[in-house]
Amino acid sequence: MIYLDNSATTSPYPEVLESFQKVSETYYGNPSSIHQFGGEAEKLLKTSKKQAADLLKVDDEEIFFTSGGTESNNTAIKGIALQHQNRGRHIITSQIEHPSVLEACAALETLGFRVTYLPVNHEGKIDLDVLEKSIDNETILISIMHVNNELGTIQPITEIADIAAKYPKLFFHVDHVQGLGKIPLDMSHPGINLCSISSHKIHGLKGTGALYIQKGTTLFPLLHGGGQESANRPGTENLAGIVAMVKALRLTMEKQKQSFDHLTNMANIIRTALEKDDRVVVNSPEDGAPHILNFSVPNYKPEVVIHALGKENIFISTKSACSSKHSDESAVLAACGWGEDRSHFGLRISLSYQNTEEEVREFSKVFIRVLDELNDVMG
Amino acid sequence: MQYDHIVIRYGELSLKGKNKKQFIAQLRENLKHKLKPFSNVQLIQSRDRMYIKLNGQDHQPVIEKCQDVFGIQSLNLAIRVENSVDKIKEGALWALKAEEQVKTFKLTTKRPNKSFEIGSQEMNQILGGHLLSNTEGITVDVHNPDVEIRVEIRHDATYIMAGKISASGGLPVGTTGKTLLLLSGGIDSPVAGYLAMKRGVQVEAIHFHSPPYTSDRAKQKVLDLAQELTKYGHEIRVHVVPFTELQQKIFREVPENYGMTIMRRQMLRVSERLAERENILSLTTGESLGQVASQTMESMNSINEVTNYPVIRPLVAMDKVDIIDISRKIGTYETSILPYEDCCTIFVPKQPKTRPSREKIHQFEDHVDFSEEIDKALDGIETITITEHDLTKSEFEDLL
Repeated sequence: MIYLDNSATTSPYPEVLESFQKVSETYYGNPSSIHQFGGEAEKLLKTSKKQAADLLKVDDEEIFFTSGGTESNNTAIKGIALQHQNRGRHIITSQIEHPSVLEACAALETLGFRVTYLPVNHEGKIDLDVLEKSIDNETILISIMHVNNELGTIQPITEIADIAAKYPKLFFHVDHVQGLGKIPLDMSHPGINLCSISSHKIHGLKGTGALYIQKGTTLFPLLHGGGQESANRPGTENLAGIVAMVKALRLTMEKQKQSFDHLTNMANIIRTALEKDDRVVVNSPEDGAPHILNFSVPNYKPEVVIHALGKENIFISTKSACSSKHSDESAVLAACGWGEDRSHFGLRISLSYQNTEEEVREFSKVFIRVLDELNDVMG
Repeated sequence: MQYDHIVIRYGELSLKGKNKKQFIAQLRENLKHKLKPFSNVQLIQSRDRMYIKLNGQDHQPVIEKCQDVFGIQSLNLAIRVENSVDKIKEGALWALKAEEQVKTFKLTTKRPNKSFEIGSQEMNQILGGHLLSNTEGITVDVHNPDVEIRVEIRHDATYIMAGKISASGGLPVGTTGKTLLLLSGGIDSPVAGYLAMKRGVQVEAIHFHSPPYTSDRAKQKVLDLAQELTKYGHEIRVHVVPFTELQQKIFREVPENYGMTIMRRQMLRVSERLAERENILSLTTGESLGQVASQTMESMNSINEVTNYPVIRPLVAMDKVDIIDISRKIGTYETSILPYEDCCTIFVPKQPKTRPSREKIHQFEDHVDFSEEIDKALDGIETITITEHDLTKSEFEDLL
C-alpha cells in the first residue's frame, strides 16, 4: 500500500501505540483522585505537559489538552467571542480556513457576530493590507491557519502576529494543525494568543489535541465541569491519549530536524512528474509546505481517479470535506479564483516523513498510467 | 550575518582580589553545566574574560540560560569579523541595524592589536561616518546612547559588540560555602534559597515529611520546587526527614498552644544535627519578621535558642508582596501555591502562642525526652539528588 493521504490522518507510530497501551494498563487512576495512585497519573500528566511545552517552546501553564483540532478551534473562536463580546463583536478569518473554523464563525454569525472572510489570491495567500484594513473598533479576534490543508499554502503568520500585536483589544488564533512538525512556527510570538494542534496528524491517535492559550488570555469554555485543565477544558483527562500525543510530537519534531529535506525531495519528485504531463495543472504554490501537493486534472472526475488509484492500492484524496453546493467543487480552489476546470477536478497528495522515495516514484508512474487508461473513457 | 559570540561580563567578582581566580573557575564550571544542552557551543576563557562561541546555535536560548547564572553582571552579543576595514564597517552596520528601536548610538573602538594599521580614533571616525550615512534617523550620542557599539580589534580577529543584556549579578554558586535550607513547600522558603544562592552559597535542602498527614504529592511538590531552584545551582540534595513520630509526640506531650513553637525547635535541632553530619556550616529559612505566629520576635528568640549555627534569613525584612514577586520571577510561585497539606499546616493549633517564653518551653521540654525520636528521624533520612537537566530523563522516559 502507498498511503499519500497524511493530511487526512496518519498511521500511529508503533512506539506511540505502545505508550498508549502501557499508560492505559498502568496509570488508569484519575489524575484528580487524591490517593497515591491518582497522584502517579497526575505526575505523568504534568510531565507530559511539561514535555509538550518544552517542545513547543512555551510555558506548561499555556498548554490545554483537548479532543483534537476541531475542539481546539471551536474553543478558541467561540471562547474568545463569548468572553470578550463586550469589547466588540467582529471576527476576521479567511475564506479558506478549515470547516471547524468557518462553521464556528458561521454559528457566531447567527448569534449576531459580524465575520469578515478575507479573500485569497491564486496561491491561497491572504493580503496583509486587506487584513489590517479589515480591523475596526469592534474586532476582537483574527483566526488564520498556518498551513492550508488542501493547498499547503503557508500564511505569513509572523507578519499577522506583528499586526495583531499592535491592537491590544484583539486576539489572534492560529490553526496550526497542518503545519505542526512540518513548518516551524514561533508559538511564543507575543502577537499569537491561541494556537490549535492535533495528535493524529503527527502519527498520534485520534481524539487528542491541544490548544495553546497565551498567559493572560481568557476565554469562555465550551465545557463546564470538574475544573480540569484550569477549567478551560474540564472532563477527566485522556491521559493515555495525551501521553501518546506528546510522544508523537517528540518523534515528529526529531524527524523534522533530521529529515525535512527528505520531504522536500519527495515533493519535488512528484511535482516534476506531474508538471511534465500536460493533462495536469499544479495548484499548490512553489513556496508552500512540501508535504501537501494539490493539482487538478481537468475533465477527469476526481472520484474516479481516486478509485482507479485505490485499485492499485494507492491512496490520495480529493479535498477536505466542504459545504459547497457543487459536490465536486473545492471551496478552497474556488476561493483562490480558479474556474471550474480546476476547482471541480482537484486532487491532493499529502506526505509524511514515513513515505519513501520509491513510493512517490511508483505513485508518479502509476498515476500517469491510470490517466492513460481513463483517457479512453473520459478524456 | 548572525551573532556568533556571547561575551560574558563578570559582576562583583572582579573586585574580589586574590580570590578572583577561584571565583572565575567556579563560574566557568557552573556555566559549563548550564550550557550542556547546547552541544554546539564552546565556552572559551581568555586572559581577561569569558566568551561563548555559538557555532551556529541560536543565541536567544543560550542568553536565557546565562541569565540564570550568578556571577554574571551582563552579556553582550558579538560578531567576529576579519581584521579588515571593510569587514569591520560591514559588521558594525549590521550590529547597529540588528538592534531594535534605536535612535542614538555611540561607537568605541579599542585596538589591542597595534599591528592593525589604523588607530582607534581614526577607526571611530571611519565607522561612525559609515553608520551615519547608511542609516536613517539614527544619530550619535556619546553621553546617553540607546546602544553602544564596541569594536575590539584583536590579534586573531575583530569583535563587534552591541546592546548590553543584563544578567542576575551575584556571586558564582559554590564560592561561599554551603547552607541547609529548610524547605517547606510554601512561597517563602524557595525564595530564601534563591537569595542565598545569589550570594554564591551552595544549597542543600531539608524537608520534614509526615505521612500519612502529608501526602506524596506534598513531598513531590518540594522536590519540584528544588528542581526549579536547580536552575540557579545545577544540583540540589534534598534530605527528606520522616517527621511523623516526632510530630505526634509533640502534640501528645506538649500543650497545644506551644506545639508549634516546640515543633520548630525540633526541626532546628534535626537540621543542625544533619548540617553537622554533612559539614554544612549554616541553616537558611524563609522567615520574615512578623509574617505569621512563628515569626514574631518572641518566637524567633525561643526557636533560635536551640542552635548556635548561623541561621540565615534572607527574607527577614521583606514584605510579602516583594517575596511573591521574586517567587514569580524565579518560577516557584505556581508550584508553591498548590494546595497540599504540609507539616506546618496540618498541626496548626487553634491559637498558637505568638509570644512564647523560653522559661515555659524549658518546663514543657524537661518533662519529655525527644532524643530517641530525633535519632530515628535522622537515621531515616532519605536523600534525593536533583540535577538541573533531570526532567529529560524522568521516570516516564520510556512512555514519553
